[in-house]
Amino acid sequence: MDVKIGLECHAQLLTQSKLFCSCSTDYHNAEPNTHVCATCLGLPGALPVVNERAIRYGIKVALALGCTIQPKVIFYRKNYYYPDLPRGFQITQYEFPIAFNGLVRIESDGGKEREIRIKRVHMEEDPGRLVYRGTIDTATYSLVDYNRSGIPLVEIVTEPDLKSPKEARIFLGKLRSILEYLGVFEGDLEGAMRVDANISLKGGERAEVKNISSYKGVEKALSFEITRQKNLLRRGLTVQQETRHYDETRGVTLSLRTKEFEHDYRYFPEPDLVPIRISNRIEEIRREIPELPDEKKLRFIAQYSLTMEHANALTFDRHIADFYEVVASKIDPKLSATWIADVLKGELNYRSISMREASKRISPDDFVAMLRYLKKGVITERGATEIIREMLDSGGKPEEILRSKGLASIGSDEIEKAIHAVIKENEAAVKDYKAGKKEALNFLVGQVMKHTRGTADPKEVRAMLTRKIDGEI
Amino acid sequence: MVTALEVVEGIKSGNISCEELLLQIYERIERSELNCFITLNKEAAVREAREVDKRREEEEYRRKKLLGVPVAVKDSISTRGIQTTCASKILTGYVPPFDATVVAALKKEGAIIVGKTNMDEFCMGSSTETSYYGPTKNPHDLTRVPGGSSGGSAAAVSAGETILALGSDTGGSIRCPASFCGIVGLKPTYGFVSRYGLIAYANSLEQIGPMASTVTDTALLLEIVSAKDEQDSTQIKIQNNASTNYCFSWLNGTRNEREEIKGMTIGVPKEFIEGSSPEVERSVWDAIHKYEDLGATYGEISMRNLKYALASYYIIAMSEASSNLARFDGLRYGLRTGKDEDWHTTFSRIRSEGFGEEVKRRIILGTYALSAGYYGKYYLKALKVRTLIKNEFEEALKTYDILAMPTMPFVAFKLGERIKDPLSLYLADVNTVSVNLAGVPSLSIPCGVSHGLPIGLQLVGKHFEEDELLKAAFVYEQNIP
Repeated sequence: MDVKIGLECHAQLLTQSKLFCSCSTDYHNAEPNTHVCATCLGLPGALPVVNERAIRYGIKVALALGCTIQPKVIFYRKNYYYPDLPRGFQITQYEFPIAFNGLVRIESDGGKEREIRIKRVHMEEDPGRLVYRGTIDTATYSLVDYNRSGIPLVEIVTEPDLKSPKEARIFLGKLRSILEYLGVFEGDLEGAMRVDANISLKGGERAEVKNISSYKGVEKALSFEITRQKNLLRRGLTVQQETRHYDETRGVTLSLRTKEFEHDYRYFPEPDLVPIRISNRIEEIRREIPELPDEKKLRFIAQYSLTMEHANALTFDRHIADFYEVVASKIDPKLSATWIADVLKGELNYRSISMREASKRISPDDFVAMLRYLKKGVITERGATEIIREMLDSGGKPEEILRSKGLASIGSDEIEKAIHAVIKENEAAVKDYKAGKKEALNFLVGQVMKHTRGTADPKEVRAMLTRKIDGEI
Repeated sequence: MVTALEVVEGIKSGNISCEELLLQIYERIERSELNCFITLNKEAAVREAREVDKRREEEEYRRKKLLGVPVAVKDSISTRGIQTTCASKILTGYVPPFDATVVAALKKEGAIIVGKTNMDEFCMGSSTETSYYGPTKNPHDLTRVPGGSSGGSAAAVSAGETILALGSDTGGSIRCPASFCGIVGLKPTYGFVSRYGLIAYANSLEQIGPMASTVTDTALLLEIVSAKDEQDSTQIKIQNNASTNYCFSWLNGTRNEREEIKGMTIGVPKEFIEGSSPEVERSVWDAIHKYEDLGATYGEISMRNLKYALASYYIIAMSEASSNLARFDGLRYGLRTGKDEDWHTTFSRIRSEGFGEEVKRRIILGTYALSAGYYGKYYLKALKVRTLIKNEFEEALKTYDILAMPTMPFVAFKLGERIKDPLSLYLADVNTVSVNLAGVPSLSIPCGVSHGLPIGLQLVGKHFEEDELLKAAFVYEQNIP
């Protein structure tokens, strides 16, 4: 089935103050309507003043996406009535955005490289937020919180180059990665990235799904849409051009309005702001762009002899990449790669925390210390994993955990003792093994490990066990 | 009536009691039939006046340029703690939590806010008859309008209900009432005075400006309100402050005013005079000949694009207004009536109840002009015409130092006479609106009377040359009987 998907991604920029006033952007844990002023509340007479830093961030994003920067930026008014929009219009961009024509490379299904074209990049202000008592269906009224009103957003619009919901999710992940590398975005903040998706199937009109506010939601919403549109086409019905709303909790899209009820936004240039010339700042900003994920990946492969898989895993998140590089500078880079990409990342995913958060508990030096114990044989692989978990959960230092949990690996004497005990206690299993049942050995190894509380090296245990039992034959 | 300069001198020297002055003014307001004010600031004003009397000798107070001067502020300008309605029902009860930059500047220099003056609702009108709070009357004839939209400010200055006043001028709203009430009113160059705190009607056209009974007071007030302000991105941050220092040179009396305009050239665009009533035309020519007597020369010119000015002006103004006024939905401030229902029903009801007829007319027309399919035909075309008109003014002002013409084509008309015919009201704005399109500075100064009703002379200058304009007006003022 021929599917075309285009995304409009709205990312909150990490400036200190809002796009058109000096209110703080640090609203996530604030009481409602405490980070507001005359300008972001749209009080009559209050005027916007452009936050220069936000424009710089916007240009940075556009450059990182390979766009052509425009010489001047003009803000427009997008007029529509909604309670979260205090002026009755949103200040955004229209004919003169920051940039056009960029490109993002993604690794699609099966590692195939695909190029997704970026149509345009522009800046706009975030509206406020509606808060419902109960759910959107059952609430009898809604409350408005304007703390978010005026937060700078960069909107990144793709061409309809994405071919599947999964590709859309991969693209968003890549975009998030690039934005985080630039230091202008923090993807794990609630509502940091919101997406509108345009989707059409061959033979049908395009539907726009609005208000998708999670990375996973994009894939779900689009899959739902494809099924819905397929069903319509299969029954010989037409897919209407319409705007749909994504209901995150139910995982469905609902019709918001059809084509004839589309808003006429009556765009016109914002008369309270003047055009901003940016051409003279582009080179300076270009120099501030750090190494981006793709470049870093190639360098990791070359510099540390990593596999493509490890390099991908380590460079996706800037915080992980930085962590890795510090660790790799102090101890075997390949060992570091295995333990960070395979073990640490797994533990982070299991706990749904980001490396940024985790780095408050695990420092690269802690990680190096842990790997040194492992290399010297002080701890087993299992002990190493135990230390990582313990650091993440309660934040101790490796040497403390080693001591308090008794994780130091034991010598062969003690293993010998444990083997002796296990053989005695499990005569049946020993008999099975001797009779040719190889699986019985695994059971016995497990029993020895249990006896030694994981402090023994399982390879050594296996070798000693076979020697012992086979020797008896 | 005393001038602002005399008030400042008198208070500083102890010859005038600020409190008594304020009490006199409030007594006059309270007895008045003019309806100049929507909201009075009496309690705070009298308290501040007492403070001024008490501390007038302190160094900090002696430095204040408007010490103790009563100033009336148009109700389109935000005043912290004082109700600001823009003469609309929809903003009834709205008390801004901040001062407009110009109001903060006034307070810093020791001025005292008398109250908020009446106006056409959201500045939409030229007679002060569209106010939700009823019309203001012309002090020269109570059956006539004071002009608008800053009619309350002009009538208050003219009737001694304040010493100075601030107005705002989108298409003549300072100059028209100045002309009808016989006072001086100046619309600065676009970008000269901060608009922060001015409730927007048409952002790209309007400016706050001074209204006073003399040219010197006008210059003094302009100096105060033109302070630079980072909160208004459209304010042009120029170094040249020549305009505003000018009044002090006159005060020092070191200049020979007659000499100042010798050799000045005046352009008289014939299209700006053609539609005027005979008595207005005569008075304006008399004024031009007076300038000739004083050593200036004049030449008649033609500005052919003037005929497109009104259409261009009203499309731009209404388009911007339709967007500016979208914020008034009753959700955060202002009028909130009846039972809250769903969003669309509630805000639609509040807006239908809160806005007057003229405001609704302009919102609807502006919405139409910005709509898909019409934007290019109306709004963009209006912007192109605006550029042509601006070029034409700039061209004329290359040849001539200033331009002279009637402010309004006729004297103040009767209350109710034109309000039912909006088109005839729009047509009367042609001389003033073209100046706003061009963005150049302009003032209106009294130049005669007809049957007891004042006539205004409009002078137009080059961008940011308010000083030349004030100089020319001052010389004229000093030399008429």
